Amino acid sequence: MSERDDHELRVSKIQDGTVIDHIAGGHAPDVLAILGIDSSTDEVVSVGMNVPSDRLGHKDVVKIEGRELSQDEVDVISLIAPAASINIIREYGVAEKHRVERPDTVEGVLSCPNHDCISTEGEPVASRFAVLDDGVRCAYCETLIREDLAEHISV
Amino acid sequence: MLDRNHVITAKNLSRADIETVLDRAAAIERDPPDRERHAGRLLGLCFFEPSTRTRMSFEAAIKRLGGDALDMGPVDSSSATKGESLADTVRVIAGYADALVLRHPSEGAATMASEFVDVPLLNAGDGAGQHPTQTLLDLYTMRENAGGLTDLTVGIMGDLKYGRTVHSLAYALTKFDASQHFVSPESLRLPRSVRYDLHEAGAQVREHDDLDEVLAELDVLYVTRIQRERFPDESEYRAVAGEYRIDAATMERAREECVVMHPLPRVDEIAPDVDATPHAKYFEQAHNGVPVRMALLDLLLDDADSGGAAGATDDSVNGGER
Repeated sequence: MSERDDHELRVSKIQDGTVIDHIAGGHAPDVLAILGIDSSTDEVVSVGMNVPSDRLGHKDVVKIEGRELSQDEVDVISLIAPAASINIIREYGVAEKHRVERPDTVEGVLSCPNHDCISTEGEPVASRFAVLDDGVRCAYCETLIREDLAEHISV
Repeated sequence: MLDRNHVITAKNLSRADIETVLDRAAAIERDPPDRERHAGRLLGLCFFEPSTRTRMSFEAAIKRLGGDALDMGPVDSSSATKGESLADTVRVIAGYADALVLRHPSEGAATMASEFVDVPLLNAGDGAGQHPTQTLLDLYTMRENAGGLTDLTVGIMGDLKYGRTVHSLAYALTKFDASQHFVSPESLRLPRSVRYDLHEAGAQVREHDDLDEVLAELDVLYVTRIQRERFPDESEYRAVAGEYRIDAATMERAREECVVMHPLPRVDEIAPDVDATPHAKYFEQAHNGVPVRMALLDLLLDDADSGGAAGATDDSVNGGER
């Protein structure tokens, strides 16, 4: 079965919204956390986990109806799911399709875990992190985050 | 001469930047500048935590250059207690002064503050982060006493985790290809971010639990205080601190030329009997704070006068990195 056939079987078409495809297997819950989607959500969300994939072996897929992702959200998803592709759906068709790209910096989307960092103290600045090959680094206190990035998401 | 004329972290000081400042400091010591050199210039002192040596040495430096200092006073009588943000405080004081010195308990405070001011801002310590002007006077002292800065073998002992002077010094020594030996209890080893930078910079670094593993090799032994408040109970502190204390007998196992330094204040990590040995350079080190800070202010204020384009060299302090 091709990836395309498999996808069509498991994920039915939506009228408007976003499909996040090619998330590494098991990381769909992190993507949902980034998007602020939990059990209390009113949004219509479909999640496929460990779907067979030609490219990744297994992948996760998240589909959100009636919502197009912001660039900030895509930036953070790129940190957790660098191979993901974002499909913006309008009137049942793919209006835009693009791979996520890791930005050089992310602003206002992660909270610094260092409680002594000036960015956590109510100053008029957004958090800012440099994106490294293997994590992110606070631009103010230089704290490194390499694991559990999803726990520090503030979008 | 700096990135927007700020001095925030030793990581961004190039070797040429450092040598420029140290050469200027040496010239100032040899031939003190005219007392009118920076007449009328004002240095704003924004100290959000207590500091005697750093604040007074900056004040002495600007006054010896003919300028004056504006001190916002103790933090408990400042606008910070009324809830004013640091960003607003420095913006206001930058309107009164030609340069600012900031000491703050939060890491990254100087980086953030520099985003809100146009005048030069010097980081005089930001929490457990950085203290780059201390590093400049440390290097000046090493250069004067250890026969130069290149290829030194330096031992740094004590609280390496929270010691901002250690973090800045480690970055700067890397620029001079020093062999660095870090001696500390396991719980106070270098933080991950500093290790990351040293690794990226290709620094020669080794870590030790016991000073005797390396003491006999050292050109410089840089001792820092292990702070009691870092330990959950007094007995644990005493057990650790006692292991990282030196006295004159300890130094008999060191090279004759080994220089002992300390950013001060010391408590009991260097016994008073070391003071009388030729190894002890920590009071000279403190004294060097004035000529080094005079040099730095002289270069920064010269630069400010010329719109940031001048300086002693074309690529002096900070090199444009952020």
